[in-house]
Amino acid sequence: MGASDHRGEAMSDLSAYEHTQEAGFGDYVQLLKPRVMSLVVFTAMVGLIVAPVGVHPFVAFTSILFIALGGGASGALNMWYDADIDRVMRRTRGRPIPAGRIGEGEALAFGLALSLISVLMLGLAANWFAGAFLAFTIFFYAVVYTMWLKRSTPQNIVIGGAAGAFPPMIGWAVATGGISVESVLMFLVIFMWTPPHFWALALFMKDDYSNAGVPMLTVTHGRPATRKHIFVYTLLLAPCAVALALSSIGGPVTLAAAIVLNALFILGAVRILRRNEDTAEADGYRAEKSFFKLSLAYLFLHFGALLIEASLAPIGLGGW
Amino acid sequence: MAIHADHELHRRRFGRNLGLGLVLGAFVILVFGLTIVKVSRQDEHGNPPGMEASQ
Repeated sequence: MGASDHRGEAMSDLSAYEHTQEAGFGDYVQLLKPRVMSLVVFTAMVGLIVAPVGVHPFVAFTSILFIALGGGASGALNMWYDADIDRVMRRTRGRPIPAGRIGEGEALAFGLALSLISVLMLGLAANWFAGAFLAFTIFFYAVVYTMWLKRSTPQNIVIGGAAGAFPPMIGWAVATGGISVESVLMFLVIFMWTPPHFWALALFMKDDYSNAGVPMLTVTHGRPATRKHIFVYTLLLAPCAVALALSSIGGPVTLAAAIVLNALFILGAVRILRRNEDTAEADGYRAEKSFFKLSLAYLFLHFGALLIEASLAPIGLGGW
Repeated sequence: MAIHADHELHRRRFGRNLGLGLVLGAFVILVFGLTIVKVSRQDEHGNPPGMEASQ
């Protein structure tokens, strides 16, 4: 083979590269679902700060970082398994795996490696109970939710919500080394909040879930049933939020926030319940969109109120 | 197709490698910091804080 042949071969290799979308650093960050991660960081941080046991600031920082990394790892595993769904849905078609920038095997290896690193590092930095809890959370999200229940039941959002509700419990476990009523109440608030939050989104986003084979409540039971479900879960959420405000980590600020926010949330759910598709279409899903926005503020303000209680405690204010 | 030293492909690779380098550097600093915190909080017998009562 002559030198010109070699050159020709090299050129054709390069033209092949030209069509390959090589992954950048941002694609790996996208694999970690950074928006979900921000919720994990915030709630885990609150769980850690409001716990009755003090933690060295550096240990606390490191622990939050590895809880976030564990959350990101489960996101990568989710994207690996759901690549077939993501290819079908318009909203997710641009993600790194369906867009062809990251291979499926690479995403799996990335998710598994980060899971292992985050669990080991959290165990070493804080305690092994917190590390095991993080491992369980990753397993729950990646296996129980993503692989098993997401494609088999319309209650998938409810079950998936549990995985998103564990981080404040892990934060609490970092400080205390265990579980208590307070940490379970923090879990319950996020757990009961998740279904109305996502179903409100499902009402106005109208993703092509049916083409992807995901049994979303809006598709399997219809939109009127989804509106009823949102209302019921909002009612069930209120006592959990009030109970959290009355617990040892709550206080007057949290109670006031819980009363106001839950009243607004129930009001929003009633508004959604009373509407049908025609009225919703007519005003561009205004009530559903404002309920969704309120749901974001709801969680942020509830956990923010717990932070205020904890920060007022050293000066003799805050708490009961 | 012209071959340039700074082809788009190379820029992406450089960005990825730089990101990975920074992450690894941060990880080393984190482990070092954790070690310092853990070691400095031990008592003279090497027990972590809160273990005195059981000794």
